[in-house]
Amino acid sequence: MYERVYNQPIADAALVGCPHCDLLQRLPDLAPGASARCPRCDEELWRRREDSLNRTLALTIAAAVLFAVANSVPMLGLTIVGREASTTVIGGADHLWQGGQRIVGALVLLTAVVAPALQIGSMLAIAIGAHRSRPRKWVGRLLRFHPATRLWSMIEVMMLGVLVALVKIADYATVIPGMALYVLGVLVFLLAAMQANFDPKEVWERIEWAADGSPREFAGGDERAAGQIAEPGW
Amino acid sequence: MVSPSAPIAMLRGLQTCDTCGLLSRPAPGASEGRCPRCDEVLEFRKPDSIQRTWAFLIAAAVCYIPANLLPVLTTATAAGAESDTIMQGVVLLWSPTGWPLSLIVLVASIMIPSAKILALAYLLISVRRGSVENNRQRIRMYRIIEFIGRWSMVDVFVDTFTAALIQLQPLMSVEPGPGLFFFAAVVVLTMLAVESFDPRLIWDATNLSEVAHG
Repeated sequence: MYERVYNQPIADAALVGCPHCDLLQRLPDLAPGASARCPRCDEELWRRREDSLNRTLALTIAAAVLFAVANSVPMLGLTIVGREASTTVIGGADHLWQGGQRIVGALVLLTAVVAPALQIGSMLAIAIGAHRSRPRKWVGRLLRFHPATRLWSMIEVMMLGVLVALVKIADYATVIPGMALYVLGVLVFLLAAMQANFDPKEVWERIEWAADGSPREFAGGDERAAGQIAEPGW
Repeated sequence: MVSPSAPIAMLRGLQTCDTCGLLSRPAPGASEGRCPRCDEVLEFRKPDSIQRTWAFLIAAAVCYIPANLLPVLTTATAAGAESDTIMQGVVLLWSPTGWPLSLIVLVASIMIPSAKILALAYLLISVRRGSVENNRQRIRMYRIIEFIGRWSMVDVFVDTFTAALIQLQPLMSVEPGPGLFFFAAVVVLTMLAVESFDPRLIWDATNLSEVAHG
């Protein structure tokens, strides 16, 4: 069977490499709300959150409820000379698919429905799974997957697009904003708050490692990494 | 042997995990290792970052032409059909009350995609030339295009929901045009280009000169 080769962790757990410029530095212990930045390139390396997991869980549950509502009721409607029409978020993607624009329809479905659903769903599972003092490996697998769902989840961009469409259509017809429009407006802020309160580093530090054995068995691993690291003045 | 004083992870033989942030050292003799904490495959730099970024960027630049020349929306009324490109859509929205929206579409659909393509090309060329100047400005430029790129999708959503809603045959109906596919392709390809680019490359020429000068 294919055997996985794992790297050796280093002894000094506070030592990190900046993801944007590769500068080695020691992360200080932060008070809640404080953040650490790379002295050379100004990348935010870590922001410690107050009561991160409980707040994230509460916001995620609220977001899940609103997301379900937003996708089951009409978002936009219009009346013109006695005729009415309305559409949901999925209805918009479906119309493109039916009209032969399948790839664009699939992209709208991905960015407006599928990715946000996965973003909320994976965050919910992470926030629940991370309540154990030593979260299981599956929490780590979801945590690995979560940033991609965040990248392609574009509810806030869709909201702006819908508002532009609404004003555009208002030139021809009477526009009726649907329930989903208001719900999505709140959801934009809930999703931002959910991500802002979540502290992935705190979860990674407690998680069960992919390589067999606990991090303690690696203790004393590699001393060569120590020595002089970044000093102020960069 | 490199200078031990340069505090750069790669120069000390250390790899930072892109996923969980753990710093680790490849096992002796192993060319490719995984992160012992989160199981991610580790590399000193994103593999083939420059080539992959160029590939996505060139594909995006090619799609940018039909995206702007072909119509994104076709409006059919009793009087006949009319097709609009992105730029015509911006002009149509322009009115004494509608100009802020027109401006939003102009910035998101025309200015952001072209600025993104030009900025990434500049970053790639400066990295290839081994530039050690303006590192902070260049990394800031990378962060800005990473942050604003997704907003280009606005026009795709505008056209999607306009077309889905205005289906009042035979009075008036709106259908998406062939330009919409190319426009969506530009957005996705530029996002993939930004994701393929490794920002640490901006600093590598400086990192190496630190070694040379102690």
